[in-house]
Amino acid sequence: MPPPPEMIPPPASSAPILSVRNLRVEFATRRGVLTAIDDVSFDIARGEVLGVVGESGAGKSVTGSAVIGLIDPPGRIAGGEIRLGGERIDDLPPERMRQMRGRRIGMIFQDPLTSLNPLYRVGRQIEETIRTHTDLSARAARQRAIDLLAEVGIPAPERRIDGYPHEFSGGMRQRVVIALALAAEPELIIADEPTTALDVSVQAQIIALLKRLGRDHGTAVMLITHDMGVIAEAADRVAVMYAGRVAEIGPVDAVVGDPLHPYAKGLMGAIPTLAHSAERLAQIPGSMPRLSAIPPGCAFNPRCPKVFSRCTVERPEPLPVGSHRVACHLYDESGQAAA
Amino acid sequence: MATTAPTTPATLPEAAPRPASRLARFLDSDLYASFRRSKLAMAAFVATVLFFAVAVLAPWISPQNPYDPAQLELMNASLPPIWAADGQAPFWLGTDDQGRDVLSAVFYGMRLSLFIGVLGVVVSGTLGIGLGLIAGYVGGFVDTIIMRVADVQLTFPAILIALVVDGVAKAVAGAHMDVDAQLALIIVAIGLSFWVQYARTVRGSVMVEKNKDYVQAGRLIGLSAPVILTRHILPNVTGPVFVIATINLALAIITEATLSFLGTGLPETMPSLGTLIRTGNRFLFSGEWWIVAFPGLALAGLVLAINLLGDWLRDALNPKLQ
Amino acid sequence: MTPPFPRQDDYVRVQNLRRLFDVSRPWLNRMIERQPRQILRAVDGVSFEVAKGETFAVVGESGSGKSTVARMVVGLLPPSDGEVAIAGVSMTDPRAAAARRQLRRRIQMIFQDPYASMNPRWRVDRIIAEPIRAFDLIRGEREIQARVGELLTLVGLHPDDGRKYPHAFSGGQRQRIAIARALASNAEFLVADEPTSALDVSVQAQILNLMRDLQDRFGLTYLFISHNLAVVRHMASRIGVMYLGRLVEIGGGRELFATPKHPYTRMLLDAVPDMSHTGRQRIPVQGEIPNPIDPPSGCTFHPRCPFANARCVAEVPPFKDGVACHAVHEGRLVPGMQAVA
Repeated sequence: MPPPPEMIPPPASSAPILSVRNLRVEFATRRGVLTAIDDVSFDIARGEVLGVVGESGAGKSVTGSAVIGLIDPPGRIAGGEIRLGGERIDDLPPERMRQMRGRRIGMIFQDPLTSLNPLYRVGRQIEETIRTHTDLSARAARQRAIDLLAEVGIPAPERRIDGYPHEFSGGMRQRVVIALALAAEPELIIADEPTTALDVSVQAQIIALLKRLGRDHGTAVMLITHDMGVIAEAADRVAVMYAGRVAEIGPVDAVVGDPLHPYAKGLMGAIPTLAHSAERLAQIPGSMPRLSAIPPGCAFNPRCPKVFSRCTVERPEPLPVGSHRVACHLYDESGQAAA
Repeated sequence: MATTAPTTPATLPEAAPRPASRLARFLDSDLYASFRRSKLAMAAFVATVLFFAVAVLAPWISPQNPYDPAQLELMNASLPPIWAADGQAPFWLGTDDQGRDVLSAVFYGMRLSLFIGVLGVVVSGTLGIGLGLIAGYVGGFVDTIIMRVADVQLTFPAILIALVVDGVAKAVAGAHMDVDAQLALIIVAIGLSFWVQYARTVRGSVMVEKNKDYVQAGRLIGLSAPVILTRHILPNVTGPVFVIATINLALAIITEATLSFLGTGLPETMPSLGTLIRTGNRFLFSGEWWIVAFPGLALAGLVLAINLLGDWLRDALNPKLQ
Repeated sequence: MTPPFPRQDDYVRVQNLRRLFDVSRPWLNRMIERQPRQILRAVDGVSFEVAKGETFAVVGESGSGKSTVARMVVGLLPPSDGEVAIAGVSMTDPRAAAARRQLRRRIQMIFQDPYASMNPRWRVDRIIAEPIRAFDLIRGEREIQARVGELLTLVGLHPDDGRKYPHAFSGGQRQRIAIARALASNAEFLVADEPTSALDVSVQAQILNLMRDLQDRFGLTYLFISHNLAVVRHMASRIGVMYLGRLVEIGGGRELFATPKHPYTRMLLDAVPDMSHTGRQRIPVQGEIPNPIDPPSGCTFHPRCPFANARCVAEVPPFKDGVACHAVHEGRLVPGMQAVA
């Protein structure tokens, strides 16, 4: 057994719907075992949107795949546990996990076409999901599908329900996928880059929709994206990932407005915003290390402007600092900034 | 990999590690790893190398030169292989009716078959790659013409094309073609029968590559189409060509053997494996089976080894199958 | 003869640029299925000027035709109509061919996908040296290698990096190499087509900073194509906004973001998810970009525009005073962000 997980104060009053503790994911390659996710812990409460943000290679998508049990060989969950509504789900047999997806965990991916079967009418796909997971009659399932399409903002849903996926525009397709993800009233939705393939004017619509639905249905949402703008607008809390670890996690205002981890600070400074035009963007030298060459100690140490001797030998653990948790030696255990 | 250390060039230029040599890079590649995993591929590779070695070294490793009449003794005619009761050293696989050592004949036949096969592949490959590059890059009317000709040719079996080419050329040149001319003719006939597959594959790859930005960058500095084609596009479309070439080598050898077996290929004075099978065929009924059986086995083994190698190469280079 | 420029310092002048693409099915299919030819108007009458040393950005969503404009300006794609002139030399007039050859090396491009913009089988030093050799700028292998090393240092890489192949580099490093290649021919005008949209944000900042540093150092002129308004705001001195093949608004950077005129510009500014908008509530925009093969009549934005009237449906708005919008021209709509929805 891993050491008892440190308790993270739940953000809302209720117990978390999703609880990930000390998750570790490894990939076996012919050059050795690579650790893609290393000791990651977080919670998502009912109705909460947790943004998981990071650059490519940070491990954000692998984390999402681990939660829905879609880590394919040669990858495997090598440690830690994942609990959904208190029940452990990381060690379920594949058949049970398959039932869990769709019923208790909904999924939205970057490309809506990967979630929709091009040969079936969209209504049939939604009705099928409803009838697999509930005992509604065919007629009731169809009515519920129409209601869902209306709820995700598809005009004339009673007509569009009989359309094929290719008859919908990109934004409308992603709405259908969201309706599909909601069909079985899941407790958790994993949305992996749900707006990345869409035009900017449509992104905002989808973000607003996700946020509203999470709130209305009490569904927890894990929103995985590389786009800080999307996180800032949609998430309640945000976890910043770097090289397979959570560097910083906290309420979105605090992390975006006052990041503590040097990587998070650099990241926020590096993003140009509409609000003002800086003469120069802050820049973090170098790039994310490859999995095969993660530096010892703190993985960020070769790029960190505040690196000191401890960073190159000892891996920082996430510790509470104010409303954040930060994995950085600059913040000692009392939560005060050191030197 | 030594070259992938996360460098921080923006602020700290640091000396790059020496780039690995081509051999080191190959030994580190996925292709080589796949090769090491496949026992069948390794066996096929060893067998193919062996066949090529025999072909190249035939004049030095054969017990006799089967086409030097001075070395033939009628006394040794129609000897069975050495393990049979009447077998005699040094004729391991027996002799034919003129006292010619079968093993030496197979070695020399292998040499000729592989020579024709390799040159046939070179001719068809050059023709196919050239036409494919032009069709894919120029497009439009030129593309339509080349590809329609290819389509029409594909509706005929390759052996028929080779027979027609061979027949027409012989009719034009008359009966008195010398041996070298016949050799050249059969190579051209094989080349003309197999160019289509190269052209189609290369054309497809070119149409993908020509829209990539590195080709656009070449156009921006005013490079001409032939320069872009040969310097930039050609090196990037050769992967699938190697697969086709390997499989076509086996096909070319078979085609030559078939032509020779039918009697339109090489003359008996210059016997390839196919000619040996044809001439040996008539001794089958007189019980001298070894005259035809060993050339036949050699042909089958050669083609099988090359085909297995080609199959593995195709799977290893096809990312979809991995 | 080329008419004199309207402004003395205009370096690039694009006039009434148009590009049609025939996207019809093959002839036989059309005859059998009785379908008409389908023509896509990717770029429909675009005009703008870029002054020497400035950054002009073209911003738009996918299908707006911004990349087609970029490719026509550098000469990779012939325009169907209209004219491009750079440094006083027409890029379209056949009589200017000789002058154009002289100009060729001074115009270079930086592409979006750093993984496709370099020949994967060439070493980096050969890639960077190619323009030098093609234009015969430097003689002697040693001198060329020295120049390549200098260029690599200029973009923040080490001269020894030239001995490696592109696959050994990250996306950001490859984009640096692409910039080095563009500068190898002493280019003075760079067209950058979404140069950072394939990169991570921390790397994007490095490349944007590098581009600005090089501009300050060599007085480069940039045509910067992007879908990212925040990036454009950071980079550009003047910005053109494209929608369905037409420029709907051109303005100075500050002015465009403070007091947008065209309803589409306002909509974009309001819609883009941005870091400075934490927890913001807003009325989401309605609708999506129509199919460019069959664009709406009149002002192509009218189906999504809250200010559209009968004239907008019928009549294409002319480009006047930096904007193509009937509502603004008629004074129904005053510049600024307040009036949306």
